[in-house]
Parts: sequence; C-alpha cells; structure tokens
Amino acid sequence: MRVLLVQLRAELRRVAANAEQLLLTLGIPVMLLVFFSLVDVLPTGTKEPIDFLAPGILALATMSTAMVSLGIGTGFERTYHVLKRLGTTPLGRPRLIGAKIGSVVAVEIVQFAVLIPVAFALGWSPSSPNWLLAVLAIIVGTIAFAGIGLSLAGRLPGEINLAAQNGLYLVLLLLGGMVIPFAKLPGVVRAVAHALPSGALADVLRDAVSSAGTQPARSWVVLCAWAAIAPLAAARLFRWD
Amino acid sequence: MSAVEVERLTVRHGEVVAVDSVSFTAEVGQVTAVLGPNGAGKTSTIEVCEGYRRPTSGAVRVLGFDPTTQQRRLSERMGVMLQDGGVYPSSRVLETVRHYAALYGKGADAAALVHAVGLSSRSTATWRRLSGGEKQRLSLALALAARPDVAFLDEPTSGVDINGRDAIRGIIRDLAATGCAVVLATHELDEAERLADRMVIIDRGSLIADGTLADLRKGHDEIRFRTDPAIDLRALAAATGIVASKVGNDEYVIDAPPQPRLMAQLGEWLADAGHPLHDLRAGGQRLEDVFRRLTGGEAE
Repeated sequence: MRVLLVQLRAELRRVAANAEQLLLTLGIPVMLLVFFSLVDVLPTGTKEPIDFLAPGILALATMSTAMVSLGIGTGFERTYHVLKRLGTTPLGRPRLIGAKIGSVVAVEIVQFAVLIPVAFALGWSPSSPNWLLAVLAIIVGTIAFAGIGLSLAGRLPGEINLAAQNGLYLVLLLLGGMVIPFAKLPGVVRAVAHALPSGALADVLRDAVSSAGTQPARSWVVLCAWAAIAPLAAARLFRWD
Repeated sequence: MSAVEVERLTVRHGEVVAVDSVSFTAEVGQVTAVLGPNGAGKTSTIEVCEGYRRPTSGAVRVLGFDPTTQQRRLSERMGVMLQDGGVYPSSRVLETVRHYAALYGKGADAAALVHAVGLSSRSTATWRRLSGGEKQRLSLALALAARPDVAFLDEPTSGVDINGRDAIRGIIRDLAATGCAVVLATHELDEAERLADRMVIIDRGSLIADGTLADLRKGHDEIRFRTDPAIDLRALAAATGIVASKVGNDEYVIDAPPQPRLMAQLGEWLADAGHPLHDLRAGGQRLEDVFRRLTGGEAE
C-alpha cells in the first residue's frame, strides 16, 4: 500500500504540474460549460441550454481525464522508458496501474467538484436526479475511455499517440452528443454517434440526472460493451516499451 | 552461491535467436562486465536477469530468485540503470531520486545520493535540461536508491566527461566493495578493463569467453610499438628473428612474451636503421585486442 501511495502521489504531482493537462481536464470543460450556457447558440432543444450541457460536459470531463490525459501521459512514459524503469522497482506493473486508476479517479473528483457547482451557478436544475446511477455511468465510462486511451498509448509512438488522442477527443466531442444533440446530426452520423462511448455516456448521464436520455437502455448496452472490449484491447495491444 | 546464475539461457524474438544457450555467473562483491558487439544479445540477457523479459528456455537465478516469477521480491534488492534514461523529461533531479528512494523504502538519503553522483548543483534541474553525462549520473543515482544487493548497469559512463567517468567508476567500485554484485553491460572496453573483475563476452547470441582479464589474456602476450610507417619487416626478421606485424599506420605488434633480450634487439635494430621508437608496450593483450581476437575483429 505504501508503494502504491508513493506512486499515486507522483502521478498526481505530475498532473498538477502539467498545464496542458489541466487545461484539457478542467479548463476546456469549464469554458465550454460557461460559454454555451451564457451564449445560446447551440440547438440544445431545452429551455435552458445548461440543462442539456451539464450532463454532456460531465461526460466530456470523464473522457478528457480517463482517455486523453491518461493516454497521452502513459504514451510518453512508454516512449521515454519510464514504464520500463518503474517496472524494475518494487512498484511493479499491477500497482503502477492501480496508481494510474487512483490518479484518474482523484482528478475526476476534482473536476466534478468544480463543474457541478459551476453548472448549478449557471442555473442547472436536474429533475429527479438519480445520482447513484450517474456515478455508476461515470465509472463504466471511465473504464471504457481508459481502455481506449491505453490501447492507443500502448502501441503508438509518443508524438503520434498525442495527435491520435487529441484527434479522437475532437471527433468524440463533436459526434458524441455532448454539446450537439443527436437529433441535430445527419442520419448516418447520428447512428454512428449513438454507437460511440461518448454519445452513450452523455445519453445515460442525461437520463440519470434529468430523465432526458434519447435511448438510455441502448446507450447503457453500448457503454457497457465499450467498457468490456476496450480494456481487453488495451491488455492485448499494450507494450511496456 | 553466486549472485547471478545464468544457465543455458536462450531468448528468441520470433525466428531470431537473440541469446543461444548462454551460461555464466556473477559474484557478490565483484564487477562483472558483459561485453559484445551490437546485437550480440547483451541487452536481452540482462533484461531476463532483471525480470523484464521472459526466457525462451534455460534457468536464471538472481539472489536466489527466479526473475520471471519472483520479480517483485527481487526488485526490492535490485538496482537497475537503463541506458536510455527512463525518466520523464519534466521530472526534477532531487524530486526523481526522492520518488525512487520512497519506492524502495530503504531510507536512502536522496540528497546524499544526488551529491554522491555530483549533481547537487543541478538538483532542481529537469531531466530535459541535463547534459548526456548528467543524465547518466541521475540514472545511476536511481539505481543506487535501491541500496541494491545486485545492480545491472547499462553503459554507465556513456556520454560522460572524463571527470564524471572517474566519479562514476569510483561509485561503482564502492558499490562492489560493499558486497553488491555489479553487472555492467558496456561497449566501452576501456571501461570494462578498468572496472571489471570478470568479463563475459557474448557474440551473435553465444558466449565466447568468460573469465578474468588475466584468463582472457593468457597465452596472448605481445610487444606493441610505434615507429616509421614503412619499416622493412623482412630485414627485421632476417637480422633478429623477430616477426612483427603492422596493425596500424605506424603501429606494429610482435606476438611474443615481454622478454628483455628481445626488446633490446628490437630497439637496437630500429636505432641502427635510423627509425624512432615510440609507445613501446609489452605484456598481456589489451582488452580491445582480446575482444577483436575473440569476436573475429569487430571491436566496439
């Protein structure tokens, strides 16, 4: 446990010292939430844009941390042989993975501690929210996104992984029903969007907090499928150096 | 019991046999150098010993542990220095050593380690700001943070200036003197000659020599000297019976033990012929020549 905590502390210190990661995990979600809540330019279909945006931005925050931040950091650690060196210490691989999971969870807690009050301050009023279901959705989503992030990080060279993670982030953000409603996407794109983990997470979160999901049962199936397949792919594809 | 016991180790990468039935040992309190040309199988051998790579066949024990199945227990007593760093570019010197010292949990004083490797003045510098030699020193400090009973050091003085090399060699000698078994993978033959108690030479995946430098030199004494680039070797042989070979522009070698009479004859003949005599050296072959002889002429 002591070794795990030592590594967790080091992981968190690295996240806190990395301005780009802070921008990605906290800055961008807060900016999107505030901007599109105050400037009514998105066709959200809700009376208050914040009621549509808040669950989508929580999904975005989950994706930013569990996929992009974890994936980019791990990819560079692999490229710089940090993983190889740590693998020869008493830390070992299981506890290294444990520390990374702990780091993701800690960052997500900070994100939600900032985003949820900001959303309420902007007028968010979830109707009959099921917070336990929302937490469960975040956990399943975190597993799915971490699997995707580590699948890329475990194979691609550092710089290419960086580009791939950022590119995927943008695609999932735009197609994932996080800030643009599924209904506003063209037919084929909409079908694809519903099959993406970002779309599924945003949809089940909206359903959990406001009973406003478009097809929550199907989205749960999609999200769980990603959470099952992506970590398996990561375990199969991941190379430690 | 030897600290490192490698027995008939074979490592395959797909169809390629990287290590082919290699056996050797490394002893407590000694520096063992693993030498070989590029692609010889040194790194694969060391990585199996570290528990980083699984052997295809054969048996490896390090401090009595099987590195493949008991890597965690082994890692508590093992220091590893990677050739290519293994440190995040934004990590700072002292902070990184503190992190590793904490991972090992043996109470190693991070500041003292940083001082020991000569990086006190750079303790707040990030890895990316360090010179090649400074990176090597930090990498060595991380291996020492384990307070190891066995240390695997890959090219420890690569890119380090002369003063730094002396400092690192001193640290490695001290490490061995405290009872640590040091296994040194190096391309630098001079380094191995200065530091190692024992040499293990691997070529094309196979072990071709294992012993002390004296063992490897045995039966291969020579007299080496430099003079004019074009001396008449036939005339030298006719006059003195000395058979010399040209091995460089103005460098010659005589395969013979260092007999004073023979050396006097050589000096006299050169003087009579009006040739100078420089860098006369007699005795065992240099490790570089031992290496060339054993690996078929390919010195690193």
